[in-house]
Amino acid sequence: MSIDVKANGNSLSRRPAQIRNRQRWSTFVLELTVVATMIVVGTLLFILGYLLFKGLGSLSIGVFTHGPAPEGSPGGGLRNGIIGTLIMIGLASAIGIPIGILGGIYQIEAHGKFAWTVRFFTDVLNGIPSVVIGVFIFIVVVGPTHRFSALAGGLALGILMVPTIMRTTEEILRLVPNPLREASLGLGASRWRTMFSVILPAAKGGIITGVMLAIARIAGETAPLLYTAFGNTHFSTKLSKSIDALPLNIYNYATSPYPSDNRLALAGAIILISLIFILSLLTRFTTGKQFVDEK
Amino acid sequence: MSLTTPSPSNQPLTNNLSPVGSPKKVSLTDRTLSQSLDKAYVALLFVASLTILVIVFGLFLQLVISAAPSFKAFGFGFFVKDDWDPGRDIYAARPFILSTLYSSLIALLISVPISIGTAIFLSEICPKWLRTPLSFLVELLAAVPSVVYGLWAIFVMIPLLVTYVETPISNVHWLTKLPLFDMPPNGTDMLAAGLVLAIMVTPYITAVSRDILRAIPRSVREGSYALGSTKWEAINLVVLPFARAGITGGVILGLGRALGETMAVTMVCGNGMGVFRLSLFNQCSTMASVIANDLGDASGVHISALIEIGFVLFIVTMLVNTAARLLIFFTAKDIQGGGKKL
Repeated sequence: MSIDVKANGNSLSRRPAQIRNRQRWSTFVLELTVVATMIVVGTLLFILGYLLFKGLGSLSIGVFTHGPAPEGSPGGGLRNGIIGTLIMIGLASAIGIPIGILGGIYQIEAHGKFAWTVRFFTDVLNGIPSVVIGVFIFIVVVGPTHRFSALAGGLALGILMVPTIMRTTEEILRLVPNPLREASLGLGASRWRTMFSVILPAAKGGIITGVMLAIARIAGETAPLLYTAFGNTHFSTKLSKSIDALPLNIYNYATSPYPSDNRLALAGAIILISLIFILSLLTRFTTGKQFVDEK
Repeated sequence: MSLTTPSPSNQPLTNNLSPVGSPKKVSLTDRTLSQSLDKAYVALLFVASLTILVIVFGLFLQLVISAAPSFKAFGFGFFVKDDWDPGRDIYAARPFILSTLYSSLIALLISVPISIGTAIFLSEICPKWLRTPLSFLVELLAAVPSVVYGLWAIFVMIPLLVTYVETPISNVHWLTKLPLFDMPPNGTDMLAAGLVLAIMVTPYITAVSRDILRAIPRSVREGSYALGSTKWEAINLVVLPFARAGITGGVILGLGRALGETMAVTMVCGNGMGVFRLSLFNQCSTMASVIANDLGDASGVHISALIEIGFVLFIVTMLVNTAARLLIFFTAKDIQGGGKKL
């Protein structure tokens, strides 16, 4: 009896120490995860802060209205690059948005091996590095036409848009309540009519989100443009000629030895990042509300 | 059914379809027109889907066809030799392949612990009000274009790296005897490439890991607490084993990104064309950076050799990404299955 009590007493006195150690260890490891988060957030704030601080200082009206200055001399601007990027985003959208949205619709209208295959290869396409997509366009467009062109750049960016748009379209269409579709079909509406008059309007917000995400993804793409659009020191809006692009400007000016060029690169970076962040912020607001109210 | 419930999205439905509602007005021609439009609609969708397949297979075929001259000329030596000499038209890609793998490995070594730690913090510990802004910040990190990371690395990271890391290391005599540090520091080198890659893949690995962790049912953690575990024991012994395959998938997805990452690496890796070395201070070129640097003004077999590198990159990233997706897919399935049982 007394031994029992002693044993109990022993284990009781030992247990709190063990528990304390386990608790301490737990707290320690969890504090490490806080440190990890602080490293990630700190890096981000460091990068963004630097770009904001330095980039805003290098912004001026001239950056938007001037073309490039002669090598090394100050006073140049990014007008050509900005316009080139806008043109190529337009071209890419003209190619990527229809294919992406229609491909996404196909995924919910059809179920079968072919639909599954398309889905699988869209995922594959999504994982292919943009530099390889650029090589593909280089082979099929730049090679045969013997010239770099805005068209080639737009095509490369358009292909890069397709997977994002297709997957978001598909996901948002799956969220549209099925009774909507049944009601429309039950009233005798045809499939295309049901899709374009009922389901697509209901899913509009989500699809626009997908499109904006895709544009945000391609706006900063540089690698595939190096050997498709190539860049151009002269102002050009012709689709058949090489064209400048904002990311290309950032790349060239950031690696240039001249301080005035480096400042332009910073200005370009802040313009590009603002565009991309505004797009991602907008997507936050449009996706958050979709279908939550209706449920 | 749903027509009777007032809902804004039903409005266009009633408006647009009211003529169809009364059968008398539907003539035979209308119906055949509608049917043929339906056929056209399905055909249109099919064509769009087919286009995606054509792009992927076209890409594969074009890469194979255009890489053939290089493969014919250099055979398998292309992968195991070190000479890359446009002057003599001799090409072999081993240094680039090894540098790509090495820089991605460095990136993962740095990024994986930090990413998983952040994911655990975001899903397990973070107070609710802080979770959304932090997740948003991490997603912003993923949205920053590669070329902007490169710019930041050139202007900020490399000067810091040279002053506070590379010069101190190269001043310690016995450290410079190690193969890791046996070259004079440059700033633009393997270390810079690995670091920039680490920063760039961290948001991807964090996002996937966080999603996997959050998908694990709450009851799993509660069961562990009820058995007397501490918070970390619940995470380490119960939650993480559930999530292991999925998190591995996220890491492999990050690897896929790192292997194909181009601009930031091109801007900081030094673009040296010499043999592969283990030294972190070696000025190197990765597969993607060689393509980015050379393809714009190459000609003849040089182009073909670059395309062969692109083909290798394509195959490797495809395999890596497929593996990652399968892992994530099956973990998600497992979690759902486990959730039902519990």
